[in-house]
Amino acid sequence: MKRLDVESIRRDFPILNVKMRGHDLVYLDSAATSQKPVQVIDSIYQYYTNYNANIHRGIYELAELATDAYDGSKDKVAKFINANSMEEIVYVMNTTEAINLVALSWGEENIKEGDHILISEMEHHSNLVPWLLLANRKKAILDYIKLDESKTMIDMESLKEELEKDPKILAISHSSNVLGTINDVKAIGSLAHKHGAKVLVDGAQSAPHMPVDVRDIDCDFFAFSGHKMLGPTGIGTLYAKKDILNSMPPVIGGGDMIRTVEKYACTWNDLPWKFEAGTSNIEGGIGLSAAVDYLNKVGMGNIYAHERDITEYALKRLSEISNVSVFGPDYNSMPNRSGVISFAIEGVHPHDIASIFDSMGIAIRAGHHCAMPLVTELINEAAVARMSFYLYNRKDEVDRAIDAIAEVKKIFKIGR
Amino acid sequence: MPIDIYAEELISNYEHPHNKGKINDPNAEMHEYNPICGDDITLYLKIKEDIVDDVKFDGKGCAISIGVASMLTDSIKGKRLEDIDAMGFKDIVKILGMDPGPARAKCASISLKALKKAIFLYQHKTVDRDTEKL
Repeated sequence: MKRLDVESIRRDFPILNVKMRGHDLVYLDSAATSQKPVQVIDSIYQYYTNYNANIHRGIYELAELATDAYDGSKDKVAKFINANSMEEIVYVMNTTEAINLVALSWGEENIKEGDHILISEMEHHSNLVPWLLLANRKKAILDYIKLDESKTMIDMESLKEELEKDPKILAISHSSNVLGTINDVKAIGSLAHKHGAKVLVDGAQSAPHMPVDVRDIDCDFFAFSGHKMLGPTGIGTLYAKKDILNSMPPVIGGGDMIRTVEKYACTWNDLPWKFEAGTSNIEGGIGLSAAVDYLNKVGMGNIYAHERDITEYALKRLSEISNVSVFGPDYNSMPNRSGVISFAIEGVHPHDIASIFDSMGIAIRAGHHCAMPLVTELINEAAVARMSFYLYNRKDEVDRAIDAIAEVKKIFKIGR
Repeated sequence: MPIDIYAEELISNYEHPHNKGKINDPNAEMHEYNPICGDDITLYLKIKEDIVDDVKFDGKGCAISIGVASMLTDSIKGKRLEDIDAMGFKDIVKILGMDPGPARAKCASISLKALKKAIFLYQHKTVDRDTEKL
């Protein structure tokens, strides 16, 4: 592991120079979306300035350049998560669309009345609502793996119990966007496979922050978003094993996803294009490609170590403050912990916390974080505040957040 | 949002809200809930000859939603319904002493929304779609 040169990384992110409410910006909301380095911004500028053309069909140099850049981005993404080839990399809008694509294509083909679909209690709505919709359409049964007593980890006993129902698919987050828990998806997936279930891993919060090897995890599907990993919005990836993708029908029809079209029949294009109808998000693919280059240059292992260091520091500092509670594994459980920290200050609504942070130039998030069953039913709060870190964050930014908590307590006369 | 919004008056109205509770046998009542943040307010009115005789609210929420509900209910006692009908977001800005900004506008106006809907229901026996907007 190499220590990150955070100062030189920060110079690549123009937005870190802006002021927010008159203060130097402290951006602690990368779990919602990451900031973008100049290399990514510039790659999109270069595309539109120098070789904008539609891909795959043009018989001219610009079209070839655009096609190479777009298709080449898939090779990079495939390598980034150690997929076998770019045939297994389907571009979608984001993680949400990736999971919906699985539910609408694989799900429609394989889920029948009375079948079980298994997810966990810590899922984001993107890995919950598509399955709820599918279960309702098919009269199938949606089951939940319970959290353990600490409400921070998957309860392995509950997992084993639910697997006894032989679910057709297990869909689980790699890293929780609320608790910061990193699930051992390799071990969980291997148990699920023994019961014949397909395994989908929601990688929205893992792919940007740690090395991911889909072949080592041995998941059947892996979904993630470009905009959370330094790339632009509107581009995300569904990885799926080739034989599964081959067996899945397309969901959206149109140009580029077909090989031949007759009046009353058509044949599909090769993978992965079978699932990408119409003109692609070319700038998105090119931007994502630049993002992957950037992450590779810094090194995913180094990024993971850096975030773990900052998170451990933040958790320790938070543990020293009275009337503050943290939801998720504590600093003694760092191997299971990502750089997402949800917290509450007794007697203060999270939106008031976020507003006071905002007034001090610190961007955090407050709400149910699109994980309503987890937040409102299990953590039992209407909302929680959340800070999340990335490769450009420093410990002194954690200090600024700790100061802001002191300010919140002062305004609300707490702990005096 | 500037930190000044959390003035002493707002905080004290949040910590010790006025008119908190229920009115038995109200002429009008309305529940408003924002699932995004959990702000949850029910407003109860006692109306006599088109004048607010008494008002109370119950519920939970952030300092802005509860603080404004406390100050708003204080301000409408003895008011004519037609005057309340003419109220809008500008009156919330007046109560807070500043515009809370787009991110907190819903928190700030939840009690006024409940109030206007309750009165509309009382007068027209229906909740018109227009009252969804302030």
